[in-house]
Amino acid sequence: MINRYRWYELVAIYAGILVFLGFILAPFVEGFLVSLKPLGLLFSSPYKFWPENGSFAAYVTMWESVPGFARYIFNSFFISTIVTAIVLILVIPAAYAFARFNFRGSGALLGAFLAVNMFSGAVLLIPLFRLMRSFGVLNTYLAMIMPGVAFLIPSAIWLLRTYMMRIPRELDEAAFVDGASHFYTLRRVILPIAMPGITVVAITTFIGAYAQQFIYALTFNSKTEYMPLPVGLFAYFGRQEVIWNELMAASFVGIAPAVVVIFLLQRYLVSGLTAGAVKQ
Amino acid sequence: MSVQRSTVIFAWILLLPAVLYVTVIVAYPLVDTFILSFTDASLKKTTNWVGWANYDKIFNETFAEVIFRTFIWTFFSVSIKMIIGVFGATMLNAAVPGRAVFRLLTMPPWIVPMAIGIFMWGWMYNGQFGMISGVLQNWGLIDGPIAFLARGETAFWATIITDVWIGVPLVTLYMLAAMQAIPQDLYEAAWTDGAGRFYRFRRITLPLLVPSLITMSMLSLIATFNSFDIIWILTQGGPNGETTTMIIDTYRTAIGSKKYGEGAARAVLICIFLSIFCFAYFRVTSRLAAGEQK
Repeated sequence: MINRYRWYELVAIYAGILVFLGFILAPFVEGFLVSLKPLGLLFSSPYKFWPENGSFAAYVTMWESVPGFARYIFNSFFISTIVTAIVLILVIPAAYAFARFNFRGSGALLGAFLAVNMFSGAVLLIPLFRLMRSFGVLNTYLAMIMPGVAFLIPSAIWLLRTYMMRIPRELDEAAFVDGASHFYTLRRVILPIAMPGITVVAITTFIGAYAQQFIYALTFNSKTEYMPLPVGLFAYFGRQEVIWNELMAASFVGIAPAVVVIFLLQRYLVSGLTAGAVKQ
Repeated sequence: MSVQRSTVIFAWILLLPAVLYVTVIVAYPLVDTFILSFTDASLKKTTNWVGWANYDKIFNETFAEVIFRTFIWTFFSVSIKMIIGVFGATMLNAAVPGRAVFRLLTMPPWIVPMAIGIFMWGWMYNGQFGMISGVLQNWGLIDGPIAFLARGETAFWATIITDVWIGVPLVTLYMLAAMQAIPQDLYEAAWTDGAGRFYRFRRITLPLLVPSLITMSMLSLIATFNSFDIIWILTQGGPNGETTTMIIDTYRTAIGSKKYGEGAARAVLICIFLSIFCFAYFRVTSRLAAGEQK
């Protein structure tokens, strides 16, 4: 058969996968081992890969070194959740409009939305800073939420539009013939069917919001109590030296909840991504 | 079904919130950047119109170097991402036991907050105690410790490798999806004719991947050109500005030195470059599409 591999082909494939995943996972392996090593072992030469007399002590002391750490995790989750909610509210109707109605200028408008992807944040930082200042939201959650939403809209629209285009038009038309209004059709017919697609968009948006909280948090917020995880981790950069083992322990604690969520939902994620990717 | 007026109005009502939002948060700042670039805006109360002065100021040798460096950095980062991505997708596409788990394991760099991945790399690059320098010494490949981020040449490549690492998962998964969309009968027909595995990859997989490769390179190009977090956390553009790309330079000028006007001029240049990329992309894809129809 075409998909039967000879033994040396199998060896080559697994070797290739090993090299590839080795590159992807090496920093995580090293980061985890670092979190187990006492500082004395970390700052010693020659380098030792395995943590001799390693322990989980850093996972305890990290809470004492940076007492606000739990707050940073909460902030990250809070910001990402609000961002995801706003994106969904804006994107669901827009994606439906793009998927169903072919009015004059709809193609150009869709193109304009996708062009937003070009100006990812950093380029527009100066006017955004002024804008946030004139809204009076600097040093609040909103300063990190508002720009984040805008740059997650384009890919969310694209993904959801692709999904909605696969819902048969006959459903809309049948509802319309029965006298349902446009709005009723969207709410009662389309939304329930589009739910799996909306779930995928919600997950990818959440991941994007969770992963990319850095530049706005760095620039638009200076209050410790509102800092999200990525900026909050700088608290482990002490005056003299970085407390590396605690920094790594804190990183793993910080990403654990997100990883659990993603792991539970990964089935939707992979299918949704591939659905959006192939149809271009 | 003819497009009725009420339908068009309904479509616009649906679109309005998103359009308004993007107008305020993206379109207005874009215009504002353009206007600012012709002023001497800073922390001072008064702002004066200065014409092309900001642009005159940035067209000097150092900035030409920054532009050149940005292009080299982007070029290598995108190319390496694409090569590793296609390699990874090919491996993960093989029908071997465990591939579902392997696919899942490619995702972490992408889903973990970027800053955390960058911290991990920062430690690995550490000269005195880091893993890379340490392992190379233990194997006897280098004599003394190398502080990768403290030397221009190595810092340049170190930031590229970290950027590649963060970008590879998405490229891999996208390429994997594209490979799975290739009709299986093509492979079977070639197999029946006695074509080997490498021949099939070179003559079927690669040519059919070209459109996806172009799309992904384009998306990756834009993201890489705008890449800020990695360089900022690892080197802040140092040592001696050897990892300063345009975006880092813009941030330094605008947020660091509070010279909003000069920073805006730099941002406008970045926008112009990005527009050129997009224009080129649309030209290439439309030509490809036209070629397919012939």
